[in-house]
Amino acid sequence: MKLAVSAKGPKLEDPVDPRFGRAKWIIVYDDETGNFEPLDNAVNYNAAEGAGIKVAELVLNNHCQAVITGYLGPKAFRVLSAADIRGYVNAKGSVKEAIEAFKNEQLPETSEPTVKGHW
Amino acid sequence: MYKIAIASGKGGTGKTSVAVNLVNRYQKQIQYVDVDVEEPNGHIYLKPHWHVKKSALVDVPEIDDHWCTLCGKCKDACQFNALAVIPDKGVMVFPELCHGCGACLLACPQKAISDTSRLIGKVCLGVSDVKNSIKIVQGVINEGEAKSPPLIKATKKEISDDTIAIIDAPPGTSCPVVDSVKGADLVVLVTEPTPMGLNDLKLAATMSIKMGLPIAAIINKTDITDFPDTEHYLKEGGIPILMKLPFNRNLAEASAAGELITASSKLFQGYFDQCWENLLGLLEQQKGVIGHETNSRS
Repeated sequence: MKLAVSAKGPKLEDPVDPRFGRAKWIIVYDDETGNFEPLDNAVNYNAAEGAGIKVAELVLNNHCQAVITGYLGPKAFRVLSAADIRGYVNAKGSVKEAIEAFKNEQLPETSEPTVKGHW
Repeated sequence: MYKIAIASGKGGTGKTSVAVNLVNRYQKQIQYVDVDVEEPNGHIYLKPHWHVKKSALVDVPEIDDHWCTLCGKCKDACQFNALAVIPDKGVMVFPELCHGCGACLLACPQKAISDTSRLIGKVCLGVSDVKNSIKIVQGVINEGEAKSPPLIKATKKEISDDTIAIIDAPPGTSCPVVDSVKGADLVVLVTEPTPMGLNDLKLAATMSIKMGLPIAAIINKTDITDFPDTEHYLKEGGIPILMKLPFNRNLAEASAAGELITASSKLFQGYFDQCWENLLGLLEQQKGVIGHETNSRS
């Protein structure tokens, strides 16, 4: 399964970015092969509005089945749930640690946005 | 007739106090246009009797799944991230991000997109109970609505060419203010002599100048500080000062009670009458200059 982790840098050792839409990087991690690919999210990071929507599209176009992040806003959540992508929140520490926490079922899956939208 | 926008940059400098007292001291028919649509409050002073309330609508796209091929050209055309394409599912519309520009309609090769409309607020028309020569137009945005420019434009459509219009703008220098002052014959910037007042005055002045609009200033609460920089800035920039209002407890009390200071105070009637004289003089002078320029070009 492919996971998308919001991150502050392009490496597995970099810290998780708790923000999804405004994360600097999205790391796509394949939990079967252990391979990963960092996606530069600079365009969406700087978007005036709708960053969450664009990142959710990025994630679904990269065929990820789950998102690991700190929290999810309402617009990103709408796109992800329409595409049947699961959202796991409250991720902390490095990307690697967050993936471990996910594998150990320590991250809660959310069935609704965990924060309000902002402008 | 003249359209005069009252703006400020900084909030709380006295835009509405100036605007409502100006309309109160004008001796002929006049329009007061409140485009501070997120929190219009001129009505508190002018006590209108509303006779028309119109719905304000914005266009939003509606996608016909039957024709849509999920090509994604609509979302690429959208500058506001208001559309998302979900493979095998459909196109998702986020109406709260849509500016109603219509780019998606043009971009769709399938003609699968049509316009539908969404209610964002209302435009109210009325007459002041204080003085029936004051006509009032007020835009009110629905709570939670993030984009006011379409409503500001709808409110300004009610401006009549037969009378002078005083347009009470929101604070700041972003899109709502740009739309509020657009097309004005003069932008009157109400400021206060403080470092923050000056900082935001400069922003508002720069915005107006970039838009090619003539500006003038009113300094409110002149004696609350000893801060000559504001006046220096205006003088150096050749920005005419129409009025200097001292801080006055009676004015503050009248404002707090929702009353017009010019209804009771001879002193303030004098200030505002002089302000009108300066204002109309400036507008006539501008008209002369513009007329002269047009003549010399032809």
